[in-house]
Amino acid sequence: MSTHATTRIVGAPVPRKEGVDKLLGRARYVDDIEREGMWHGATVRSSIPRGLILSIEFDHRIDWSEFTVVTAADIPGENHIQLINADQPCLADGKVNHCEEAIVLLAHPSKQKLREAVAGVHIEYEPLPPVFTIEESERQDAVVWGADNLFKSFLLEKGDVDKAWAGAAHIVEGEYRTGAQEHLYIENNGVIAEYSEEGGVTVWGSLQCPYYVHKSLLAVFDLPAEKVRVIQTETGGAFGGKEDYPSLLAAHAALLAMKSGHAVKMVYDRMEDLAATTKRHPARIRHRTALDRDGKLLAMDIDLATDGGAYSTLSPTVLSRATLHSPGPYVCPNVRVRSRSWATNTVPYGAFRGFGAPQGVFAMERHMDAIAAAIGIDPIELRRRNFLHDGDTTATQQVMREPVILDQLLDRALEQSDYYQKRAQFARENPGSAIKRGMGIAAFYHGAGFTGSGERFLNSLAGLDVTPEGKVRVLVSSTEFGQGTNTVLTQIAAEVLGLDMSDVLMAPADTAIVPNSGPTVASRTAMVVGKLIERAGLQLIEMLHKDAGLDESFTREEFFSACDLYRAAKGEVVSLSRYEALPGIFWDDKTYRGEAYPAFAWSIHVAQVAVDTVTYSAEVEEYWTVQEVGRVLNPVLAGGQIEGGVAQGIGYALYEKVLLQNGRMVNNQMTNYIMPTAEDVPQIYVHFEEIPFRHGGYGAKGIGELPHDGPAPAILNAIRDATGVSFCAIPLLPEDLYAGLAARTAVEEAATV
Amino acid sequence: MSECWSRIHITVNGEDRTFHVPPMKRLLDVLREDLHLTGTKEGCGEGECGSCSVRMNGELVNSCLVPVLQAEGASIETVEGLANAGELHPLQQAFLACGGAQCGICTPGMLMAATQLLARNPHPDMAEIREGLAGNLCRCTGFKRIFESVLAAAHGPDDAANRETEQATHAR
Repeated sequence: MSTHATTRIVGAPVPRKEGVDKLLGRARYVDDIEREGMWHGATVRSSIPRGLILSIEFDHRIDWSEFTVVTAADIPGENHIQLINADQPCLADGKVNHCEEAIVLLAHPSKQKLREAVAGVHIEYEPLPPVFTIEESERQDAVVWGADNLFKSFLLEKGDVDKAWAGAAHIVEGEYRTGAQEHLYIENNGVIAEYSEEGGVTVWGSLQCPYYVHKSLLAVFDLPAEKVRVIQTETGGAFGGKEDYPSLLAAHAALLAMKSGHAVKMVYDRMEDLAATTKRHPARIRHRTALDRDGKLLAMDIDLATDGGAYSTLSPTVLSRATLHSPGPYVCPNVRVRSRSWATNTVPYGAFRGFGAPQGVFAMERHMDAIAAAIGIDPIELRRRNFLHDGDTTATQQVMREPVILDQLLDRALEQSDYYQKRAQFARENPGSAIKRGMGIAAFYHGAGFTGSGERFLNSLAGLDVTPEGKVRVLVSSTEFGQGTNTVLTQIAAEVLGLDMSDVLMAPADTAIVPNSGPTVASRTAMVVGKLIERAGLQLIEMLHKDAGLDESFTREEFFSACDLYRAAKGEVVSLSRYEALPGIFWDDKTYRGEAYPAFAWSIHVAQVAVDTVTYSAEVEEYWTVQEVGRVLNPVLAGGQIEGGVAQGIGYALYEKVLLQNGRMVNNQMTNYIMPTAEDVPQIYVHFEEIPFRHGGYGAKGIGELPHDGPAPAILNAIRDATGVSFCAIPLLPEDLYAGLAARTAVEEAATV
Repeated sequence: MSECWSRIHITVNGEDRTFHVPPMKRLLDVLREDLHLTGTKEGCGEGECGSCSVRMNGELVNSCLVPVLQAEGASIETVEGLANAGELHPLQQAFLACGGAQCGICTPGMLMAATQLLARNPHPDMAEIREGLAGNLCRCTGFKRIFESVLAAAHGPDDAANRETEQATHAR
């Protein structure tokens, strides 16, 4: 049923559901909302990376009676944000573990007075020694978290890596590094909170996961579930940056609301958002790889370390995804991935599109080119010889039961990009030119949905109801933040019920109204929640068929008449559907073995890059993507996901550097944290091969994160092709290019003397 | 408040508006707070992202960088003024059809920058569009569909369709 090729609405480029509101400027983002008697909130933050708080003094020139002041002592419940380990305090209590950690909260009707008041809170510290890098944390230069600074480690093993080296024709080693990256959603983090004795806590906010915030508020306020309500407002970009952080910000605003008796709005300005909120985890990945004479992989030994920042937040699950994406889309009989996430005294690193995969994929795909160069094989041919196919097993020994068409994707990518012809052309032209051009490739997968047994634990619930006014409502906590949740879930509901797009509404993402369909993360919404909506629709038709006489085929009018009949006889017309684990799924968290993901999306990226050897700038001139993401539910939205992800990936590779000094981001402005502009993003070609996945909503697999995994390795591989220099760290800024090219020139000059 | 307030008169989307505000208040805040025109967004507060773009006397400005006294007597156009009696402006229609808006937070500013571009140059080519929108940051789209939206609005939808490069095929 779900994979029928003939659909009316699914697969069509229907316009974005909330598009008109956004285009008219009437979509309501959190900062556009005013509440009666609303005050503003502000945060007093740590100025040191680690230490004890000795005293908090309030400047006597300020009339503090006008302000509401909140410290850790005002927290009625637990002073912890509930993520995985609940180790992050809501407000620092006696000690701080990173710069910008929240210590005191202030509320006042005037934003201007708040700014002055924040400067009027003086905190005295006794500094403690901090650690700032993975290496300092590993060495335990200071123990800043737990017994050994280690948030989490995984060991994934297949075969026997140690026995493989002796029989290898080639052994190639490499070390790769990736930097932090800021999400740079254009709308900063923000919430409004209200509190009343009877109603409890209500929060409106720019956020991805209403039920994450809900869960965290329950603990901070020690309230029963029905006394906490979280409502998502229109959200101006998220990319993972509004997955974990809003739990903290919502608690802050709600504490101020409770104590002040007013609604309190906290909307960060750009500098505060950049300095205080999460980023992508920096990583160091070491590869040691054995190959036989024919360039077939014999063994991969991968050591992966991430910098998690001061609290564990989501670092364990980010590390998990990094671990599972590190071995790449290749067959290898012997694999070991040892991964660890380390504590440092910086702002906690958090969720960001790709969630560990971009780090792992960067290292693997750069390493594949390093191997190709070392053993003298064409990088395309090396990949081809080692690609996974149907029936092969991955590093976790997951059998590829669904079609894997990497060869076909690769052929298409090479053809579209004119790869070989261009390489030959550039090889001819480069020697006589100051501009060196090159072509680079990356091959990768992205696991859709939660890792391993994750979807089973989430136990998501979603559904549909029909209002007396004759509208179907989609009941999900899955949120829209630009990626298209509203549109594709509406398409699925309209398709399955035989209705028009305008017959279907999205119920507000409000925990008082919608069930918990899980967080809007992990490229899971179209696949997992989409399937629940599809099933809820089929179930609804069955109900109406059985209890309201709806015929097997029916018109729109007959459908709504049947709903009226059903309502008169039985009450509310509602159909809910709960996640059911896929058959044959086995996952062992202890050995990290089994079905790592319910489905994989597959992709090949090709980058054409020009390196200017006078200015040392690298420019991506053209970019090709070919991917298999299951059924494409909406080609305009899907294309937009790929293009946006590629642009963000280009920034990750070439522009975006988080500069830390003493653990604090010092380039926390758009003036000096540089993202790609309209002039920097090349023409991006997008091609989908479609193989409907029967367990995904109308055949969909995940799409949102996939495109961010490829650009960094494809671009650095192209730079190697252009210049002959193998760069192994991102971001690769002009000064890094200069250093690398100058070092190569020095070596060459020394060799010719 | 110790600061002296000024009586400011501006025309916003063709309507005369007079109000009392501190003269150094940002035009952005006046639009959002005093005139309740919240379609204009703040992204960075320092003129880098263009989310607060409005037209002032036919020039594109970052309203976060304009003290309202500088706008005295000016004619201001914001996103709320684009549609005509509920009918979408051709640019808005094109953004809707081509996927030029995703999260929507940069969209009002992008629309104003595109309006400015087309007012100066009704039939821009791709390079001119890139340059015309270079002051407006979008983190969602990778810009491609924004360019296509502007092309479609300027040259008609068929032309944009010809430039559409993606295809979808069924592999099996």
